[in-house]
Amino acid sequence: MQDPQRTVKISVKNLDFFYGRQQALYNITIDFMANEVTALIGPSGCGKSTLLRTLNRMNDIIPGTQVRGEILFEKENIYNPTVDVVRVRRRIGMVFQRPNPFPKSIFNDVAYGLKINGLRDRKEIRDRVEMSLKAAAVWDEVKDRLNQSALGLSGGQQQRVCIARALAIEPDVLLMDEPASALDPIATQKIEELIVELKKKYTIIIVTHNMQQAARVSDITAFFYIGKLIEIGKTDVLFTRPQLKQTEDYITGRFG
Amino acid sequence: MTLHFIREIEKIKTRILSLSAYVEESVVMAVKSLTNRDGDMAREVIHRDRKIDEAEVELEEECLKLLALYQPVAQDLRFLIAILKINNDLERIGDQAVNIAYRADTFAQYQGIEIPETVQIMADNAENMLSDGLDALINLDVKKAQKVCLSDDVVDNMHHEIYSMVSTEVVKHPDQFGILFKFTEISHQLERIADLATNIAEEVIYMVEGRITRHQGKKSNGDAAGM
Repeated sequence: MQDPQRTVKISVKNLDFFYGRQQALYNITIDFMANEVTALIGPSGCGKSTLLRTLNRMNDIIPGTQVRGEILFEKENIYNPTVDVVRVRRRIGMVFQRPNPFPKSIFNDVAYGLKINGLRDRKEIRDRVEMSLKAAAVWDEVKDRLNQSALGLSGGQQQRVCIARALAIEPDVLLMDEPASALDPIATQKIEELIVELKKKYTIIIVTHNMQQAARVSDITAFFYIGKLIEIGKTDVLFTRPQLKQTEDYITGRFG
Repeated sequence: MTLHFIREIEKIKTRILSLSAYVEESVVMAVKSLTNRDGDMAREVIHRDRKIDEAEVELEEECLKLLALYQPVAQDLRFLIAILKINNDLERIGDQAVNIAYRADTFAQYQGIEIPETVQIMADNAENMLSDGLDALINLDVKKAQKVCLSDDVVDNMHHEIYSMVSTEVVKHPDQFGILFKFTEISHQLERIADLATNIAEEVIYMVEGRITRHQGKKSNGDAAGM
């Protein structure tokens, strides 16, 4: 990671994570670089989603969890007791596996985060909603039905509205937990194109079970196995000549 | 990867090995038809080429099918890419065997001139390189593949030697220009066989180690990831 053009956005240092007494992550050290897409891959139970959720303290809501080590976001440990968790989640947004539109109009869905963050200026809210829907590449499809429920949209459109909602509060980092796994190939392609587009402005960390998707959209791929980071490398290298046999066996489908 | 994919890969291995053996036999027969002035054998080599061409196309289609259906990565991807290239190299080696066979057929009808010993030595060298390259493929033997790559210069030098020898002879016997010139053609064809055997060896190294070793004298490979 010596490229002077690359800057670290989130730095995870010696992270252990426990669900009760069950350890899910072991001594993870990994840097996520700004304006890059990092894919986290590995078989179910390898800890990739757990790691993703530690990055904006989403695991805090699960009782009995425990974190050791540090996650530095812009040089501050987000687990520092003085840190404002809401602010962390505003800066590090999340998109989930299944689209989860709110039971509101498309407009109010995207505007929700802005309003609860205290924005009152109607014009600014309108502008930010439009900008977010455009950035999420769904504006043209919904601009004439902003007052209707997002639940009437297709799965792919719903997911892009959810991405717009995450973008509306202007985060720095987007965490995506299998954002296309519930979508058909065309909707998946749109999300993938969007990810590549969004990295110009945001740092993206994506968990995916779809190896081809990791290969297509990410710059860096990290392979996890039973709670450990096994190998990390440039995606094109990792998918053509991985350094370790364990990685080779996983990506070629020989185990896992 | 599924058991089905692994079975398909095994089928491709069997096909490439059988094509290799067939092409190697064509080269041996072509050289023999030249040194033994055996026109029948030369014509058989020419006849065999159609089967090589057909096998090449079939194998290529199989590889493309697996690439499209399974989107393989890492060792599986390197294997299929290397096989696609080796398949093409083998077909071109087959073409060179045919070219030699055409000249052998001429020499079978023209007894007035001796086949120079250097041509025979060069043919032995090219045949050995091909045989070692194919052994390296069968056993995924990187050391043997590297040995093949190193042998290429020897054959190249012999090609220059034959060229000089023919130039000298043409001055002495200008009336035999046409037939003497055929030696440079044969030498060129043997040199191409050695080059293609080297390609096969380089592909074996890529398949096993993921390193592209071509053009190393000219440019370093700039290996992997500044991670």
